[in-house]
Amino acid sequence: MSTRTIQGQKNLQDIRTGSPDGIGGSPLRPDGTLKVKGEFAYSSDLWHEDMLWGMALRSPHPRANILSVDISEAVKTPGVYAVLTHDDIPGAKFYGLEIQDQPALAKDKVRYHGEAIAIVAADHPETARRAVKKIKVEYEVLTPIVTEEQCLNPEVYGYVHEPHEFKSHGHGNICHSQKLVSGLGVTDEVRAMADVIVKGEYEVGMQDQAFLGPESGLAVPSEDGGMDLYVATQWLHVDRQQIAPVLGIPEEKLRLTLAGVGGAFGGREDLSMQIHACLLAQRTGKPVKIVYARDESFFGHVHRHPAKMYYEHGATRDGKLVYADARIVLDGGAYASASPAVVGNAASLGHGPYVIPNVRMDAIALYSNNPSCGAMRGFGAVQACFGYETQMDKLAVALDMDPVELRQLNAMSEGDYMPTGQMIDSPAPVAELLQRVKDMPLPPPLDLTNLDVRTLPGALSNTTHGEGVVRGIGYSVGIKNVGFSEGFDDYSTARVRLEVIGGEPVAMVHTAMAEVGQGGITVHAQIARTELGVEQVTIHPANTEVGSAGSTSASRQTYMTGGAVKYAAEAVAQALIEKGRKRYGWTHNDLSLIGGKVVSESAGALVSMVDLLGDDAIDLTREHHHRPTVPFDKETGQGFGHVQYTFCANRAVVDVDVELGLVKVVELTAAQDVGKALNPLSVVGQIQGGCTQALGLAVMEEIIVKDGKVRNASFTDYLIPTILDVPPIPVDILELPDPNAPYGLRGVGEAPTVSATPSIVAAIRQATGIALNRIPVRPEHLTGTL
Amino acid sequence: MEFLRPATWDEALAAKAEFPTALPISGGTDVMVEMNFDVHRPSAILDLNRITELRQWEITDGVVRLGASVPYARIINELSEPLPGLALAAHTVGSPQIRNRGGVGGNLGGASPAGDAHPALLAAGRDVFVEVASAARGTRMIAIDDFYVGVKRNSMEKDELILRVHIPVADGPQQFSKIGTRNAMVIAVCAFGFALHPKNGTVGTGIGSAAPTPRRAVAAEEFLQGVLAERGLWESGDLLGAEVIQQFGELVKAAASPIDDVRGTADYRRHSLAVMARRTLTWTWNDYSKQIRSAA
Ligand SMILES: Cc1cc2nc3c(=O)[nH]c(=O)nc-3n(C[C@H](O)[C@H](O)[C@H](O)COP(=O)(O)OP(=O)(O)OC[C@H]3O[C@@H](n4cnc5c(N)ncnc54)[C@H](O)[C@@H]3O)c2cc1C
Repeated sequence: MSTRTIQGQKNLQDIRTGSPDGIGGSPLRPDGTLKVKGEFAYSSDLWHEDMLWGMALRSPHPRANILSVDISEAVKTPGVYAVLTHDDIPGAKFYGLEIQDQPALAKDKVRYHGEAIAIVAADHPETARRAVKKIKVEYEVLTPIVTEEQCLNPEVYGYVHEPHEFKSHGHGNICHSQKLVSGLGVTDEVRAMADVIVKGEYEVGMQDQAFLGPESGLAVPSEDGGMDLYVATQWLHVDRQQIAPVLGIPEEKLRLTLAGVGGAFGGREDLSMQIHACLLAQRTGKPVKIVYARDESFFGHVHRHPAKMYYEHGATRDGKLVYADARIVLDGGAYASASPAVVGNAASLGHGPYVIPNVRMDAIALYSNNPSCGAMRGFGAVQACFGYETQMDKLAVALDMDPVELRQLNAMSEGDYMPTGQMIDSPAPVAELLQRVKDMPLPPPLDLTNLDVRTLPGALSNTTHGEGVVRGIGYSVGIKNVGFSEGFDDYSTARVRLEVIGGEPVAMVHTAMAEVGQGGITVHAQIARTELGVEQVTIHPANTEVGSAGSTSASRQTYMTGGAVKYAAEAVAQALIEKGRKRYGWTHNDLSLIGGKVVSESAGALVSMVDLLGDDAIDLTREHHHRPTVPFDKETGQGFGHVQYTFCANRAVVDVDVELGLVKVVELTAAQDVGKALNPLSVVGQIQGGCTQALGLAVMEEIIVKDGKVRNASFTDYLIPTILDVPPIPVDILELPDPNAPYGLRGVGEAPTVSATPSIVAAIRQATGIALNRIPVRPEHLTGTL
Repeated sequence: MEFLRPATWDEALAAKAEFPTALPISGGTDVMVEMNFDVHRPSAILDLNRITELRQWEITDGVVRLGASVPYARIINELSEPLPGLALAAHTVGSPQIRNRGGVGGNLGGASPAGDAHPALLAAGRDVFVEVASAARGTRMIAIDDFYVGVKRNSMEKDELILRVHIPVADGPQQFSKIGTRNAMVIAVCAFGFALHPKNGTVGTGIGSAAPTPRRAVAAEEFLQGVLAERGLWESGDLLGAEVIQQFGELVKAAASPIDDVRGTADYRRHSLAVMARRTLTWTWNDYSKQIRSAA
């Protein structure tokens, strides 16, 4: 690590808590108070003496040929140190999470609105901004390929990636596809077995992660020709793996350290400013900082895939599902990003947590000239859940059944099989979760005599004093996988060190896990306390000096890196006990570390850890690999593809002003099985946060793209829920241990984001009687004024 | 970039005369956002925050003289009685932080069709005036109906600054409604201000975000004034009847010329204006009849 002063790096280092709280407790988060008081140093606060500011020139066109780039005026600007284009890249020209199809800087053509073409380093951000404006690019503007129809007919409308440059698994403008058939599939004979058939076409708009901390980081060139990069990201090692080849340096020479992350939600899984800052630092020999402005941030990260979906369900007269058929078309935009995994999830989870004897599914991700889409909380499963849950409601209407009972009748449980043929081999309390949200007390009806406009649709905008307001209730349940799937070994590494500091045993936990706000470092300290019987735990800054921790995504970090911390701490505990056996000749088989002592269950405390350790430190590193999975068969979708499943059920209560089409969500209830709540407060926070993001998708959040151009790249027009939009979210937590998981835990973060959206839409539908096949629901949909 | 910080109103006018391209800044809630988005790179900024007159209000001869920089939070806390429509509009502006900084002068300076003060000012009557001044020509009063001239354009000269706004103290109920696609902190998809002026037997309307400028629904005002006069409703306070309310809504809707944009469709804007017009008329009239009946 660089020895020069880096501001904005101290937070995580200094974290130390003397609380006795181990797992199952809810100790204060070490970063919490700092964040609330505005004292937490985010990546955008990084500073280095002599540093330059980097900035990118971005394409105003979604599809164009670049005829020429003239940087001469920009280079001449006083204060400018470097202006780089594609031709200046020393190493690999392309990068990507799974498929290296994205140019580090555009060459010859741009494929989406906002694609970076050139980068500038200058001594002041304003100078950099002016220099960027002086770069002259000559474009041949082409008609963008943006609709499904255009994408699927490349001979007519063109290729986003020409066949000779195509790098993905698909063909034409199809980036990735996955089919699935189980039981008898869906044939005329199968259809004939159903008494009732419901069909629907559904659409999901492009949601954004809308994290508040813009993409930012600081690249510091080192004397060995390498680079130190401080950055807000989700996965240090996979960043390094993508950046190093572009810089033309070996991975060991690129050292990454996590800077303060202001939210992620999948949006930091892909690279943003990393390569650009490093290229500029490499060229100038000076530290380079890049911070995106808000509008640039909307162009600088991938979004949630918009989807068009066709669903068909058949059931018997008494409500038993006979078959389900679906086609899901996801718009992946210009570059692959996480599209293959999104397709895999959509295909394998796209029929929901239901037992369905005969299933067919066809999911694809398109390449288009729309903004690139990739990872966002619950990906693939979120879009599909809106489809299948809307279908469940339709089916309930067609059968004249209670929508919850219909779901319960078909709900999967432990021992059932996914349409992929994978057996659910741990608790799957789908029916029970639904029952729990149904049984929770309902909020009181609107009280118009004690009017507080803040509680009404429109709130302080004062659009109603009760006129037109109708209440609705809706239910939904969803399924999400935990961890990376389809054969991916997304292992985690943890290093745990135990030594005596200041007369006390202190554990230090070192991982490369990105703390993005999920509370992972708090949990790591809890695990260390529990396993090592210490109170003091220090969290080492996350960096690449230790092995990979995998991504902070897929609801996996507590499971995977938390698991690694557990194994490393267990190994340290064993080593300490071994040391005691050697020194004292213990023969007990019942030893553990409790309250700073080695304790025998039968003989009581044997020795204090302080005495046993003396001046020694025990420092061990362990990897945690989840059980192996396999890729899904391309044609049948069969295979043991997922590590773990997680379920959440919701009930939404809404008030809709049916005349104005304005919605107030009154209450959003959640019930979720978390296996074991390592930190109950964090678990509730994750579920409430997940529900809130789902609420955003239900009623307001959408990046509006017209002819490939983003129309609302700001928080003025990309709306996310405010405190007046987020209702009380009562959470009911079930803890049914998963025998395959550390502590029996189940990943928490994504399931509510998957499941909550359809419950809100169902509630609006109940209030208005309008079909609502597209989200987010806009006032225009509710008032027939689209 | 020059940063000018005049201590007095006269110094401010002198500075504006000397640097006509200087961008005045009051609360900065528009100016700073626009600079951040690179909309302006002004050669100079003229900070008005030291000028005490701009932060004061007084009531003389039944008219509120509202300093250009009095923030929305103070309008809500201090002026809800004399200016109920404007106070309701102020309530809908942004968030507490924005309401602590932003004020009517900035709203008028920007003259955005989506500014929430405008419909309330229009509804407050034809004798609302914006008092502007220049070093060269002194003070002049611009009638609110002459103030808005185009998209984000007002009728001020380059060397002028807004000192205050003159708004008659309300003599009847006033309302303000705004459509936003979330329940707080939202720019108006469209907005409607409405006021009853029993003293001179008129009504006031203001439409926001549904035309190139904030505008009045003149035909709707005239229709309603006619009905109220003909039927002696000002005196009786009797029910208006569904037909009148319906017709008023239709006329308000017809007065708008909205566009489709990312915030909403033109159709929705027209539709919701009619709804807001009907509701605000109903609320104000109910309040008015109550007053009449309790006075009787
Ligand atoms: C998060 C956020 C939410 C917002 N929500 C709303 C909303 O809901 N409704 C709404 O209407 N607005 C909203 N706004 C916009 C803004 O707050 C208002 O327009 C406010 O009235 C501006 O006042 P200000 O004092 O901050 O103006 P400033 O930003 O200081 O100035 C605005 C304009 O007026 C000019 N100006 C200021 N004072 C004078 C003067 N005395 N003489 C001449 N020109 C002058 C400036 O040069 C500039 O052109 C929002 C802004 C933000 C950032």
